[in-house]
Amino acid sequence: MRLFALFAALLLCTSAFAKDAAPMAQDEATEQRMIAISQDLRCLVCQNESLAGSRAELAEDLRREIRGLIRAGKSDQEITDYLVNRYGDFVRYKPPLKSTTWLLWFGPFVLLAAAFGALIAFLRRRNRAFGNQADMVEPLSAEEQRRADSLLRNNDGPSPS
Amino acid sequence: MIRYLAPLGLFVVLVAFLALGLRHDPSEVPSPLIGKPAPMFELPQLVDPSRKFSSSEMTGKVWLLNVWGSWCVSCRDEHPMLLELAKTHTLPLIGLDWKDKKADAARWLEQFGDPYTVIVADPDDHVGIDYGVYGAPETYLIDKQGVIRYKQIGAITRKDWDGKILPMIQKLQAS
Repeated sequence: MRLFALFAALLLCTSAFAKDAAPMAQDEATEQRMIAISQDLRCLVCQNESLAGSRAELAEDLRREIRGLIRAGKSDQEITDYLVNRYGDFVRYKPPLKSTTWLLWFGPFVLLAAAFGALIAFLRRRNRAFGNQADMVEPLSAEEQRRADSLLRNNDGPSPS
Repeated sequence: MIRYLAPLGLFVVLVAFLALGLRHDPSEVPSPLIGKPAPMFELPQLVDPSRKFSSSEMTGKVWLLNVWGSWCVSCRDEHPMLLELAKTHTLPLIGLDWKDKKADAARWLEQFGDPYTVIVADPDDHVGIDYGVYGAPETYLIDKQGVIRYKQIGAITRKDWDGKILPMIQKLQAS
């Protein structure tokens, strides 16, 4: 019982430190759009979190800013641009296709093509090497052919001796 | 021979990439605002909110905008450097008290000293967002035409100041 009281007290402590939930915007539609936009944006404070999911103060400020822009009648594209102009392309989880991001977009495909090229070259070279070997094998002489035939005939199973 | 050297070569390339990756700090995001006009602002001063400070007052001057907060630990590390550069009277140093409470900021300045020419308060973080601030301290170097020339992310060290920032300031002031 005492232990239970202690745990209850501990639980109360943590709830006292927990932050209040950020106030929801009055209208549901604004909130939905804000979440849709901010899911594709990176929180710069904790970089592996989206702006929609982050509890960082800056993320809260930016979400508030996005709500304001939505109410001001801006389009999704305009709102994303607003943030990109201030924080750079890095805030976007879907980087735009432009000359500085070509390597990012096409690099993996270039590597894949190079790997395929290397594989084909390797297989060709190996085939050629084996082909040459087959050509180089001298045909059996009459004596050798006779011995081979007799071995094949007698070798139906392993010899007991 | 090449059969044995090729894996070694690949390994060296891999190590080079990893070494570069380790040296690169992912929290330093290059600002897209460099080379662009600094966002204009007019904000109440921290000490006396009835007085306003407008960034247009700095036109024709090379100046620094230093984003700080009394809650910010790195700002404390940076502070002696700012006090020192304030003593040299090289250029105006404008402080932007970011996400802070006035009383806390005042106590901080009293305790550590005030290197700033003017400090403005930005409780709603509107100017901070306009400048793309995502942490403190951050410092912007702005030229006579009001164009952002450099952004320091994190504390200014003696090495940054002597090696990078001061030479840039001198060049901008001479032009």
